[in-house]
Order: sequence, then structure tokens, then C-alpha cells
Amino acid sequence: MKNPLDSLWGTVISGVVLTVILYFVVKSILASAGA
Amino acid sequence: MDYVPALARWIHFLAGVMWIGLLYYFNFVQVAAMKAATADGTAAGISKHVVPRALLFFRWAAVVTWLAGAALLSDKFVDAFLLRRGMTGIGVGAWLGTIMLFNVWVLIWPNQQKILGMKPATDEEKNKARRVAFLASRTNTMLSIPMLFFMAAGWSHRAVFGL
Repeated sequence: MKNPLDSLWGTVISGVVLTVILYFVVKSILASAGA
Repeated sequence: MDYVPALARWIHFLAGVMWIGLLYYFNFVQVAAMKAATADGTAAGISKHVVPRALLFFRWAAVVTWLAGAALLSDKFVDAFLLRRGMTGIGVGAWLGTIMLFNVWVLIWPNQQKILGMKPATDEEKNKARRVAFLASRTNTMLSIPMLFFMAAGWSHRAVFGL
């Protein structure tokens, strides 16, 4: 499998996907902390 | 007006623009430009006159950005890095920025020194250094996307984003 970081579009898309994942991770941490 | 947080925020933005701006210059402009310049034999000028200067401002802007960010977090620094007490969003941003600073000083800069001939290296070591520096730089470009999201949305505007 090709490394997505070898292309600019792969890098940008990976960054956006990571943003969405981390957003929901943070939301779930905040929900479990009752914040 | 509380001068320390205001100054820290201003400096954090100024240095951050320089750091991430140069990171985007490397990734969106220079990589493709070097490939084209190598093909027509004009890459030496970029390597000699542009890259060392860009790397100088790049790596020190990274340090200033991190220090100003730490000053801005102030007494909430530990809470942010431990992702607790409502500092989870900005804490994720702070962790991403810290990983990026590590990449700059531990992976990108030492390998660029080999590539640019500032440190002795064989051709094989230079080729390996090129790949490591490239992937570390691309990793930082990828990480900058969520990092900027959590910097923008994780603290002062966290209510807007539900964080």
C-alpha cells in the first residue's frame, strides 16, 4: 500500500480524517467527565 | 488588561504563522520546486541560499511558538497536557504542537544538516536522511490540520464547537 504522506492530497485528507477522529475522542472524554 | 496572556497570545500567533507558514512552504512549494530544479540543474541555488535560511526561522519559530503557548496556558498547563478540567480540546492541540516540535528538532533538522552538507554523511546516509526528513515534514503537515482546529476551537471558542 502506498504511503498517503507521499502525496500532498493524501497528507491533507489524512489530516482532515485525523481531525474528525480526534474531535469525537475529545467529545467523548468531555461527556464522560461530565463537562 | 492582563498583559502577560495578551502578549503570549500575540507572540504565539506571530511565531506560529512563521512556523506553519514555512512548513507549508516546504511541503506545498519547495518539494515540487526542488524536483523541477534538480531536473534542469538549478537546485544548488535553492539548497545553498534558500533552505538554510528557511530552516533557521522554521526551527526557532517552532520553539518560540511552543514557549509562548506554554506561557499562555500558564497555571492550566498541566491540566491541558493531562486532558482534564475542561482543557481536553486545547490539550489535544498542545500535544499535537509538542509532537510537531519534537519532529522539527529530532527528525527534520538533524537530517537536513546531513542533506545540506552541514554534517558529514555518505550518499547512502543522505538518501536515508532525505526520506526521514521528508516523512517527518509531511507528518507535521498532516498533524497541523487537527492542531490548528484544536487551537482555534479548543479554548476561547470551545463552546462554538461543542468542546
